[in-house]
Amino acid sequence: MAVLLLAEVNNGELALDATAKAVTAAKALGDVTVLAAGGSAAAAGEAAAKIDGVAKVLVAEDASLGHRLAESTAALIVSLAGDYEHIVAPATTDAKNVMPRVAALLDVMVISDATAVVDGATFERPIYAGNAIQTVKSSDAKKVVTFRTANFDAAGEGGSAAVETVGAAENPGLSEWVEDKVAESDRPELTSAGIVVSGGRGVGSEESFAIIEALADKLNAAVGASRAAVDSGFAPNDWQVGQTGKVVAPDLYVAAGISGAIQHLAGMKDSKIIVAINKDEEAPIFQVADFGLVADLFDAVPELTEKLG
Amino acid sequence: MKVLVPVKRVIDYNVKVRVKADGTGVDLANVKMSMNPFDEIAVEEAIRLKEAGKADEVVAVSIGVKQAQETLRTALAMGADRAILVVAADDVHTDIEPLAVAKILAAVVKEEEPGIVLCGKQAIDNDMNATGQMLSALLGWSQATFASELDIDGDSAKVTREVDGGLQTISVKMPTIVTVDLRLNEPRYASLPNIMKAKRKPLDEKTAADYGVDVTPRLEIVSTTEPEARAAGIKVDSVDDLIAKLKDAGAV
Ligand SMILES: Cc1cc2nc3c(=O)[nH]c(=O)nc-3n(C[C@H](O)[C@H](O)[C@H](O)COP(=O)(O)OP(=O)(O)OC[C@H]3O[C@@H](n4cnc5c(N)ncnc54)[C@H](O)[C@@H]3O)c2cc1C
Repeated sequence: MAVLLLAEVNNGELALDATAKAVTAAKALGDVTVLAAGGSAAAAGEAAAKIDGVAKVLVAEDASLGHRLAESTAALIVSLAGDYEHIVAPATTDAKNVMPRVAALLDVMVISDATAVVDGATFERPIYAGNAIQTVKSSDAKKVVTFRTANFDAAGEGGSAAVETVGAAENPGLSEWVEDKVAESDRPELTSAGIVVSGGRGVGSEESFAIIEALADKLNAAVGASRAAVDSGFAPNDWQVGQTGKVVAPDLYVAAGISGAIQHLAGMKDSKIIVAINKDEEAPIFQVADFGLVADLFDAVPELTEKLG
Repeated sequence: MKVLVPVKRVIDYNVKVRVKADGTGVDLANVKMSMNPFDEIAVEEAIRLKEAGKADEVVAVSIGVKQAQETLRTALAMGADRAILVVAADDVHTDIEPLAVAKILAAVVKEEEPGIVLCGKQAIDNDMNATGQMLSALLGWSQATFASELDIDGDSAKVTREVDGGLQTISVKMPTIVTVDLRLNEPRYASLPNIMKAKRKPLDEKTAADYGVDVTPRLEIVSTTEPEARAAGIKVDSVDDLIAKLKDAGAV
């Protein structure tokens, strides 16, 4: 049985970590063909061909596929769908934009954010902000699935899959890209970092977020934030961790000035070690923390930064 | 222009969810139910479009159990003009799948002919994040998901979207489907006089069969379980103590 996996391609480059994690999930379903689509996607296709477990790579390059606009990307996938029983992707915002559209065009349900593969039709996924895990079995002929990357290890390299090119489907011309506002950063990417340091409303301002960032840089960590910190303008939206932000599962997660609402826990409670720094000893974050420090973060975080190695 | 806003009745986001002992789902009997928070943002945006003179009518629609009437009354109290309830289930534990919801909405859209549909980006119960995209596919309309800014200008709309890398702005052809994210606006509370007024606003009742849509689920729920609980942690006394513990654990 064959699996079509939509690679995560950003500006012509393969997002290797997210794609390789989805490959691990997809391998359990059958032979994996990776689709690299974009305004330019050849280099991404070449990179995907090296992922261990990839049987074939399809490259679709067309201006209409740039910026992963949902309508043209979904039309492309549907044009290829006949050959595959599973159509899958890492559960990124790009894939969440595209895959439900693909599913509806194929008249099947989408299975979003799957965290485990039980068999070819059966998947586990979290519901209610991760407060329950549901096992669902699809009766559809084709299964359209996105995989939560935090739950799968990245497939290694060493593959040498054949690369073919395919044409774009007809562009429905419904939407156009205007601009991206993407902050360049030398820090590790939030969803693949080994350590994440996050700040919440307790940090108090955009300026004070510098103390969170200093600790992150000392640990070579990514920076995260609670919704309250993002809503208050202390941190950009792409740092939000939680039910409606990013889901992370690093080796170490440090939460400073974060109360621990279920919507935040949904994005980080699978981290290996959780450290909470909060001045309120009753804060719910302490219920999931391996190490809790009741302290003012303005004292504790700089002290931690200074004393670490 | 008419605005259509689908709203879902879900467990209130402050309620602690309990998994039923028999593994069939989450206990929804006698718990507080509210409008899905993302849908509140969609209703608010629709009302603001009307207040800005860009829309002339706001129609709220809910698909589910009869009790979703209350959710529609909330939308009416916030400022929607009228409501449509499509009864598609009897048991409060039955969740109509996004594909079936999208099919019913597509039929409602054909009848109502709105210029825009504003959906929440996801429902906080099934967290599927799918209905808006599916509706857009079925109608062959443009879609703009995860919106944090919306600016309608004649036959197109500029939408800023919250994406993994930051923000993306796209321009979509009208009519369109927009799914809204948390930072689009802050929804208003309904005032008491408006809650009273909402009781007299029109609320039509239909069934899924009226639209000829089969709501049989495509996904069978095999089981619902509690997530694995984390082992209890400890409190440390000082930063030095914390560093020592982290070193012991090999974390730094
Ligand atoms: C539909 C929906 C979706 C949501 N999605 C998300 C999501 O994806 N991610 C998310 O994070 N939230 C999400 N939320 C919001 C969530 O419910 C909480 O409101 C939010 O997480 C709170 O953020 P916080 O912990 O930073 O702020 P608060 O709850 O205000 O907590 C601040 C904490 O900082 C502590 N503090 C203050 N000053 C100091 C100090 N000097 N030193 C030490 N500690 C201090 C306080 O004791 C307090 O515990 C969502 C909510 C809804 C309704």
